Amino acid sequence: MEDMLLYDRLQFAFTITFHYLFPQLTMGLSLLIVFFKFRFLRTKEDKFNQAARFWMKIFALNFAMGVVTGIPMEFQFGTNWAKFSELTGGIIGQTLAMEGMFSFFLESSFLGLFLFGEKLLGHKLHFLTGLLVFLGSWASGFLIIATHSWMQHPVGFEILANGKYVLTNFGALFSNVWLWPSYLHNQAASLVTASFVMAAVGAFYLLSKKQEEFGQLFVRTGVIFGLAASLLAAFPTGDMTAKNVVKYQPETFAAMEGIFETEKGGSEIILVGQPNMLEKKLDNKIAVPNVLSFLTYQKWDREIKGLNEFSPENHPTNVPGLYYAYHIMVGLGTIFIGLLSLAAVQLFRRKLYTTNILLWGLLFMLPFPYIANTTGWYTAELGRQPWLVHGLLRTAEGISPTVSSGNTLFTLLGFVGLYLLLGLLFLLLAGKIIYKGPQTAIK
Amino acid sequence: MELFWYIVLMTMLAVYVILDGYDFGAGIIHLFFAKEEKDKVLITKSIGPFWDANEVWLIAAGGVLFFAFPTLYASAFSGFYLPLIMILWLLIFRATGLELRGQLHNSLWENIWDKAFGLASLLLALFFGVALGNVVRGVNLGMVENGVSTQEAHYFFLPLWNSTLDPQSHQLGIIDWFTLLFGLISVLALTIHGAAWIIFKTNSSLNSRLKTVIFYANLGLVGLILLSLLLGFILNPLPFQNFCSRPLVWIFTAVMLTGSLGLFKIRSWKKDGMGFLFSSLFLAGGFAATVASIFPNLLPSTNTVNPSLTIYNVAAPEYGLKTGLSWFVVAVVLVALYLVIQYRVFRGKMDDVDYHGEH
Repeated sequence: MEDMLLYDRLQFAFTITFHYLFPQLTMGLSLLIVFFKFRFLRTKEDKFNQAARFWMKIFALNFAMGVVTGIPMEFQFGTNWAKFSELTGGIIGQTLAMEGMFSFFLESSFLGLFLFGEKLLGHKLHFLTGLLVFLGSWASGFLIIATHSWMQHPVGFEILANGKYVLTNFGALFSNVWLWPSYLHNQAASLVTASFVMAAVGAFYLLSKKQEEFGQLFVRTGVIFGLAASLLAAFPTGDMTAKNVVKYQPETFAAMEGIFETEKGGSEIILVGQPNMLEKKLDNKIAVPNVLSFLTYQKWDREIKGLNEFSPENHPTNVPGLYYAYHIMVGLGTIFIGLLSLAAVQLFRRKLYTTNILLWGLLFMLPFPYIANTTGWYTAELGRQPWLVHGLLRTAEGISPTVSSGNTLFTLLGFVGLYLLLGLLFLLLAGKIIYKGPQTAIK
Repeated sequence: MELFWYIVLMTMLAVYVILDGYDFGAGIIHLFFAKEEKDKVLITKSIGPFWDANEVWLIAAGGVLFFAFPTLYASAFSGFYLPLIMILWLLIFRATGLELRGQLHNSLWENIWDKAFGLASLLLALFFGVALGNVVRGVNLGMVENGVSTQEAHYFFLPLWNSTLDPQSHQLGIIDWFTLLFGLISVLALTIHGAAWIIFKTNSSLNSRLKTVIFYANLGLVGLILLSLLLGFILNPLPFQNFCSRPLVWIFTAVMLTGSLGLFKIRSWKKDGMGFLFSSLFLAGGFAATVASIFPNLLPSTNTVNPSLTIYNVAAPEYGLKTGLSWFVVAVVLVALYLVIQYRVFRGKMDDVDYHGEH
């Protein structure tokens, strides 16, 4: 039983982590491509259309990876989490089915037209198909986060005598207080990834002194969108998301902030430190007094409950993992804002394209928005543990009763091997497209 | 309400079989008959802009199954665990085969992805047929041993096969000679369907040969279906009793027969779309007749301890099903619109469509 739970969780964690590397770029990048196409329609400058075409190639590859790794996600609710699906399917099945009907059909029907229809459709209609693909991908994110929000903060339901969760208020799924802050936070973070990818590719061209016109365009676009998105991810969306956690999941909040003991006269904010789970305290900490209380409640002396005050069976199952995930996300977010602000200042002074140190910074920042997005999701998911439906259904109660650990480990190993291959292929092919650059894309 | 969602679900699955079916069939033709580069490229062109949207029908049907019949979704997806995950892997290979082939111009690279696309298509056709065979045969719900359930009444687990491949064995496997027969029927039917699609949508040099392929495959298909009816009658009389007593099943069967007979005339038609029309009729009629013959069962039980899963005992409660209706109607209208747009833009022969923009 323990092994079954472990492998079911590992498989879901592995497949969703890998999968989400792609949609986070898809969602943000679709917006940026639509932006280029829009600029082209307005200015009739061909470089914008070439830029759009170039990014569509990366987009197509990235989208394909997202699709093939996404289908296993929907299947796994049933294959590995059958009991959870049986009990809550009437509710979360609703939002997941809507995702298929409203967003996957939209994306998949118009992606083909968007990628291959430029000549057939003309520029205005082609722009429209891009807009529809963008809408489809953002709708998909919305419905997934609606599902996620119900698991974090269940609303609009009743539990029957046989343990089944029954939907009683459809509208509540979409007015859930958890939904909108999380969704906007996630979309901002997705745009951060896309912006950094664009800026890094631009910086690569500028530093290697090729395709410089496009290098400048990509760096400029990446820095401006990236700065806006990083700021939005922190405030108000990140702030509102954290306030939901402190209100509805106080034990999770304590664990992610690393607060073991309730402090009289206000809580400090932890910058560095290692959770010591044997003694239930934080080792080697560097902290600033009272700031956490201020950020959370706008009162310097407001008390925040420490983790040790909550009953141990409701503690998040992996406190150190949760604490690190959260701190890495916040730390990286802060670095993004810092770097992009400097870059924006230099851009304003018209010196960015020659400030090599910032270009190097943008180039090497490429993997970090992916890490920030991933650790952000780990904060949300590890924070929900030990629950599948927060406060009501424990994770251990949701697994498929008849799928043995040997079968799950078999499929987990298969996924690991297959995804390793997909990851290598993606890097190879995306690298090739980037190396060739936009200028060779002219037909 | 249950009946409405049952019809929706089965219609979506039938559409999936017809649409993604031609992709699988094209893959099989590609694997066995396309030898020249230009025919290979034409075949992938003819499904290139469509396959992704076609695959969505499976995902969307899965979503509807999840929300309307959550107990069946939970039971069947965990019970058929291994083949389902393998189907996922094959879908990944099919997609990467199609999408990655054109990214590098190297004959080894192209060869690898051609094989991945073709083999994955062949195996998917086989697996989906085997899956239908499992649903008709039924499973040991509750995993009953010596008259006692060892699991909750609606859960089960099947290994890929048992040592005897016997569909009447106490220890059932997913692949036995009965379900394998369904798999072979599916492979032949989709080969015909894919060939008909290629004839319909391209001017490939294979077209006249494919008509001969369709003719003989159709002959084999009719033989296999007669065999399965005969064996099915010996194995599991219930669907066959239903078969005789239900007029609707007769109608579906008639549709299937029309498709089947029509395909024999493939070589004499002038219009290239006719073959595809008849193979679609065959697939839709065959699928509908099969599921209707076990109605209202969705997954029959092979033991007498636990009841079969029917549309009534696995459905979500009324409120959810009713609310689902309101958004579903909107969604269906939109989906129909997308389909019309998609097939209008890429209407006619696709030899000149620019697929895989890289040149």
